[in-house]
Amino acid sequence: MDTQALTYIFVGLSFALYIAIAIWARAASTSEFYVAGGHVHPVANGMATAADWMSAASFISMAGIIAFAGYDASVYLMGWTGGYVLLALLLAPYLRKFGQFTVPDFIGERYYSKVARVVAVICLVVISFTYIAGQMRGVGVVFSRFLELPIEWGVIIGMGIVFFYAVLGGMKGITYTQVAQYCVLICAYLVPAVFISILITGNPIPQLGLGAAVADGSGVNVLAKLDATLVDLGFAAFTEASKSKIDIFAITLALMVGTAGLPHVIVRFFTVPRVSDARKSAGYALVFIALLYTTAPAVGAFARLNFIDSVNEKAYAAAPTWVKTWEEIGLIAWVDKNQDGVIQYAAGAPFDGRAAYTGAAGPHGERLVSNAPTANANEISVDRDIMVLANPEIANLPGWVVALVAAGGVAAALSTAAGLLLVISASISHDLLKKTFRPKITERGELLAARVSAAAAIVVAGYLGVNPPGFVAQVVALAFGLAASSLFPAILMGIFFKDMNREGAIAGMVSGLVFTLSYIVYFKSPWFGAVNSADNWLFGISPEGVGAIGMLVNFAIAIGVARFTAATPPNIRKLVDNIRMPTGAGEANAAH
Amino acid sequence: MNSEDKADAGGDTAALYWRENVKLVCGLLAVWFAVSFGAGILFVETLNKIQFGGFKLGFWFAQQGSIFVFVILIFIYAARMRAIEKRFGVSDK
Repeated sequence: MDTQALTYIFVGLSFALYIAIAIWARAASTSEFYVAGGHVHPVANGMATAADWMSAASFISMAGIIAFAGYDASVYLMGWTGGYVLLALLLAPYLRKFGQFTVPDFIGERYYSKVARVVAVICLVVISFTYIAGQMRGVGVVFSRFLELPIEWGVIIGMGIVFFYAVLGGMKGITYTQVAQYCVLICAYLVPAVFISILITGNPIPQLGLGAAVADGSGVNVLAKLDATLVDLGFAAFTEASKSKIDIFAITLALMVGTAGLPHVIVRFFTVPRVSDARKSAGYALVFIALLYTTAPAVGAFARLNFIDSVNEKAYAAAPTWVKTWEEIGLIAWVDKNQDGVIQYAAGAPFDGRAAYTGAAGPHGERLVSNAPTANANEISVDRDIMVLANPEIANLPGWVVALVAAGGVAAALSTAAGLLLVISASISHDLLKKTFRPKITERGELLAARVSAAAAIVVAGYLGVNPPGFVAQVVALAFGLAASSLFPAILMGIFFKDMNREGAIAGMVSGLVFTLSYIVYFKSPWFGAVNSADNWLFGISPEGVGAIGMLVNFAIAIGVARFTAATPPNIRKLVDNIRMPTGAGEANAAH
Repeated sequence: MNSEDKADAGGDTAALYWRENVKLVCGLLAVWFAVSFGAGILFVETLNKIQFGGFKLGFWFAQQGSIFVFVILIFIYAARMRAIEKRFGVSDK
């Protein structure tokens, strides 16, 4: 059977599984819709959290970024896992004890203010939609490559599936489909990684293979060989930093704190039965995440080695078929600068800007581009995102592995999109309708509103997927920066700092949000003409890392304002005491 | 014992429990900071001079080691908190 047919079967079977689970796990009450009734086992919740968290960016893009950025990509590895330590130690157990449905719930009650709740809803909606737009590109890439469908149809099919299980099942349906999606995506990630590790080093464990010697008899380690090859070609060494230390520090911090502040991750810890389960569940989630995240550096390094081996100094006419398949989709482009018919790979961009194909074919059958070539020796441009998807083909793995990777990529994108859609719909039906504007709404009315807003959010997300706003690909940093600078400090101070009051928290959230948003928009959007380079950045910190400063701005303003405004009322101080106690004493005090 | 004494005793337990908790969290976060920001970023060049199972040590911390330590930290936290809760009689089981 050919790879194409296998891919249809694998992706189709995984869709059938998700739909079957959705029918089995329908939500009957708002509690089941928002937090799966609070009955999810901590291991299952850990798996669901891992799938929720690991998006198309983790599955498709991360290893590609590592392949091309080497040590600099450590910011993602540490940033996107270290946040779970903050989550487990500082937020999850207390939010579980608080025992409501959404993140704005906590902020609204703790800061005794509808304004604070609405500010939190705004932060949440901006963060979640930014994040969803990123997922759509992932779905589009997978569908267009493996199912040979136009990107629009890929997005519509994906949205249809999510619509079915998110609207029907709410958090309950999403939780159990995410458990299945985790299993699909982790197999899809590990199987090719193990194969490639065996091929390159003879060691079946990719985490160890990365440190092992290359199995070509030379006795040279993988990383040493990669360093030497890259330096030869004019690149920086794989294991050395090329970003400044302060920027790496700030980006890692912003990603960690942002991860801990992402509403769709936090809300997963509302679904377990007890406070102690919230702690354990964060641990299980990180185990499941670490399985992929510690494999990614190996996948990235192997992919870079394989890529150089299979294209550099190879005649284009004799290049492997995957080069031509990805060229067809527009993610690889080759310009024969010295007209020798051979691909030369070196440091630097081969031409200015993104490839603009002329539609004509060159003398060797390549797709010609109209971009002005650059002066360097590099002739090939390759999109980082193809590395994980092309890896099985680059390593000549069997067709079913390619099909598995396609199903895994779709699972990663859908599971994250569903989690995001749920927090958006919950914050609209619960926080805006029930708790702010229509307090008399019935349970059935609220459940209906939740379903309608989930459906509406899916349509908006689908639209963003088909018509991505100009600079969306660049603003993934936005979601983390905003979460780090608005929600995280407000929640943290709500638990650990009793003196933080309504005025301080609102001023902190607004100033953190406005500062971070302005900095990113100033450098990333085309509207201000600012040059996005280290010379212009504040303290040499890039827009990716500015969330770390935004967080400090939030803390400083919040503490300053809180000192000069009315103290936290006694009933709120008791609420905080109650949140801090896993059980018993706190509740007795509150009733006193 | 009248009800006010009881409340004081309860408040005391709560304060002691909370202090233990904060102490534990601070200790674990110190390790969290040391392996990621310390070994993986601030002192990476120094550590890179040490070879560790085919890796430069600083690079290994930045791409794998810190993640393993993060996992261990969370499980230590969960286990130690259960012990503290039992000691103060505030367990949720």
